[in-house]
Amino acid sequence: MLNNQGRPTAAGAATAAAHPTFTGNQALQIEEALLFEIGRADCTGVDLDEPAAFTPRLGGLERKGPIGLVGLSEPETMRHFVRLSQKNYGIDTGLFPLGSCTMKHNPRLNEKMARLPGFSDIHPLQPQSTVQGALELIDQLAHWLMVLTGTSAVAMSPKAGAHGELAGMMAIKAAIDAKGEGASRKVVLVPESAHGTNPATAALIGFIVKPVPARADGTVHVDDVKALLGPDVAAIMLTNPNTCGIFEPQIVEIARAMHEAGAYFYCDGANFNAIVGKARPGDLGIDAMHINLHKTFSTPHGGGGPGAGPVVLSDRLARFAPLPFIRRDGSHFALVETADQAGNVQAFGRVTAFHGQMGMYVRALSYMMSHGSDGMKQASEDAVLNANYIRAGLEDLMSLPFPDHPSMHEALFDDTWLKDTGISTLDFAKAMIDEGYHPMTMYFPLVVHGAMLIEPTESESRASLDLFIMTLRDLAMRAKRGETERFSAAPFHAPRRRLDETRAARNPILRWTPPQPIQQAAE
Amino acid sequence: MRYLPLSDADRTAMLARIGVTDIDALFADIPADKLLKAPVDLPRRKGELEVERQLGRLAAKNVPASSVPFFVGAGAYKHHVPATVDHLIQRSEFLTSYTPYQPEIAQGTLQYLFEFQTQVALLTGMEVANASMYDGSTGTGEAVLMAHRVSKRRKAILSGGLHPHYAEVVRTLSHMASDSVVSAPASPLADEDLIGLIDGETSCVVVQNPDVFGNIRDLRPIAAAAQARGALLIAVFTEAVSLGLIESPGAMGADIVVGEGQSIGNALNFGGPYVGLFAAKQKYVRQMPGRLCGETVDAEGQRGFVLTLSTREQHIRRDKATSNICTNSGLCCLAFTIHMTLLGEAGLKRLARINHANAVKLADALAGVKGVSVLNKAFFNEFTIRVPGKAVDVVEKLAGKGVLGGVPYARLAPETGLDDLILVASTEVNSDDDRAAFVAALKEVL
Repeated sequence: MLNNQGRPTAAGAATAAAHPTFTGNQALQIEEALLFEIGRADCTGVDLDEPAAFTPRLGGLERKGPIGLVGLSEPETMRHFVRLSQKNYGIDTGLFPLGSCTMKHNPRLNEKMARLPGFSDIHPLQPQSTVQGALELIDQLAHWLMVLTGTSAVAMSPKAGAHGELAGMMAIKAAIDAKGEGASRKVVLVPESAHGTNPATAALIGFIVKPVPARADGTVHVDDVKALLGPDVAAIMLTNPNTCGIFEPQIVEIARAMHEAGAYFYCDGANFNAIVGKARPGDLGIDAMHINLHKTFSTPHGGGGPGAGPVVLSDRLARFAPLPFIRRDGSHFALVETADQAGNVQAFGRVTAFHGQMGMYVRALSYMMSHGSDGMKQASEDAVLNANYIRAGLEDLMSLPFPDHPSMHEALFDDTWLKDTGISTLDFAKAMIDEGYHPMTMYFPLVVHGAMLIEPTESESRASLDLFIMTLRDLAMRAKRGETERFSAAPFHAPRRRLDETRAARNPILRWTPPQPIQQAAE
Repeated sequence: MRYLPLSDADRTAMLARIGVTDIDALFADIPADKLLKAPVDLPRRKGELEVERQLGRLAAKNVPASSVPFFVGAGAYKHHVPATVDHLIQRSEFLTSYTPYQPEIAQGTLQYLFEFQTQVALLTGMEVANASMYDGSTGTGEAVLMAHRVSKRRKAILSGGLHPHYAEVVRTLSHMASDSVVSAPASPLADEDLIGLIDGETSCVVVQNPDVFGNIRDLRPIAAAAQARGALLIAVFTEAVSLGLIESPGAMGADIVVGEGQSIGNALNFGGPYVGLFAAKQKYVRQMPGRLCGETVDAEGQRGFVLTLSTREQHIRRDKATSNICTNSGLCCLAFTIHMTLLGEAGLKRLARINHANAVKLADALAGVKGVSVLNKAFFNEFTIRVPGKAVDVVEKLAGKGVLGGVPYARLAPETGLDDLILVASTEVNSDDDRAAFVAALKEVL
């Protein structure tokens, strides 16, 4: 076959590996040096005029000597960061089935709305009369969150999911202290399958963590909770749907048992995406639940933040909500910022400066308004449908630890099916990278061996799911056939081969430092 | 619904493949009486146009900083952010990626985190910095907990110049963790005796510089006194641009430095999202909270980056972790890194000089208004004025004249009774006209 220059287009016997490039680049995949290797101390990409001469009033505390920073011109800056971006996988790149993280589509309308100057260019401490629309937006979002969860209060300010957990557990602690039981109720029950943030949060504010065993079917049984209950128990922290992707069937009984024992029910809302519009956590008996706006309500994950973690509260906890909060009076919105303004609310304190993640509130409300009550219900149903479709497409080849319950929004497999192949969950995940997929969550939850937690979200089409299923089936069959190297040495085609994490931890290099002069290095 | 690719035909076929006839069969574990029969009582779906209209109406009820002479600071500052920054942080591969758990396909995020950590370490004059915290205030709370781990003591001393919200975050966390906190009284003239408060139980002294009143402090005597008693100095800043002009906290002896990075690269956003900067001496690195990015090599010996020292963290250590923190402030720290790259050392120092020059001009102009006095001897881009009458009323009247003229200190700390103080900030965005408008409006309202 010839192209119009008459040259053969077939590669023949040549392979890419036999022709390394001078630069190390591979066409669109371009190596990029560190900023500190290409930047210059005297270079700036911002044009600023030197101020007219004046007498500084710095009290003699001027900085002496160079800082060590470097700069780039604007085109160089653009190229540096564009090249870095091209070494990243995002939701817009492809299916991102990271279980428990809910990597769904991030609508750009939300970005546009968050950048309206009336939201992005207002200061948290300008007079309240000049930010009534912002306060109204927060109040509206709070209303949507309370209706969707069936609760009567929400603390908006927590900055991320784990921060919402902290605020919720602080409210529980404040309620217990108010009853005079602070000294006796010190134990928080946490199932073994929980996110690591749950025990870390409880321990951070002085609780003693006691594990709750999971049953063989992946759920928590009310009898196992009751066996641990006593006057020393403050709360349980339970994720629902749980981290195995199962809706806890006895959640109502568990909530009742906690309340009868004088304790509280903290629900980790990381997996709320499965049940929005289908069931309300407040109806199930929860006392507090954080909502990851960056999961369920689609604010971008941004490579690890910023998130937002408002925490809804039951009537039992509402009056302990932290500062600040908004009080509506007719069409006027007042921000309650200090204890003396709080009236009968016994706020336990403050978890952050200012009022929380406004930029995320705008995005989340834009998402919610776009979906509406009907669209959000449909989104949850599609998320659950997609997860079960993947499960049905893979369960004959890969092992399901908990086949007795339908999956919710994520399907959990273990590594029993890889037994005797010499291939691990990690190897399998790295081979998925070569196929153009971000791997699923690996080795979590801890209660199953070699966990693979797949959450496709509602954003995937049927064709996308079919290709994903066919790809995983092909990999699974190759694994079973003993094509070990494809897995153990993967990835082959990513910007980097497998990275040495042990070396990074043993001798931590956490910042760039100037190279040593050659003579010194030789000594 | 425009975000949902499945058609009804898809749904029916997929249910059949799964082996059920009704979607609710997949929700069978939800108790039947708790399964909602109808959509909840909220509006139905809307197209883009209608969402834009409704949210646009709410946005229009607010007064943006750029639309008026604007002098509000106290922990968040109005700076000009180059257009390049907002373009780059919206690249799909940055915006829609996750925490870099799979480093082979996350080198973009990891490399900028490494660059960010280096920039923060240099700027603060410290040996190591982490990959960011939620914001300056939560970072301060975490710094106090870290100092307790390092010193094995549990008493923090807070300067009266610490931002009242930051102090409240520390007090809340400490109360919940049964640690003790001693707060020095508010100190508008920066004449407090912190050293006299340090004793053998003291874990750390927390000092903000410039403090909430704008005063520039010499941290060296406090560092020396704290360290002589086995305590740590935690230096806090809320205005990162100040570090371009005044001595770094590291050079003044701080053990931990924590601050708000919003000023570089990030919009005001009504208080969030922001980016907490967190740096420390190398010897304390294993007690640090938050993500850390480190250099390593791949299987072919090529340099690459990974998240490291994760045995400090909650997903490994659970209830023994250094913190419960799970994320950093990724995209905001990317914005910081890009803006700092554009500024470079030369640009940052010049930006800082412009800020200081503008604040000096404004301070002199306001000091000329009858009844107004400027309290600060030394300041960077923010200072405190005393006005006749209640500061809250003055600021509200100024707003009525179309000038956003600062923060009444009493809004942050009503219990201090310091009702006549206004915190006033001036950055590179303020023009001579803005200053003239402020002075004229202030004369009218007093």
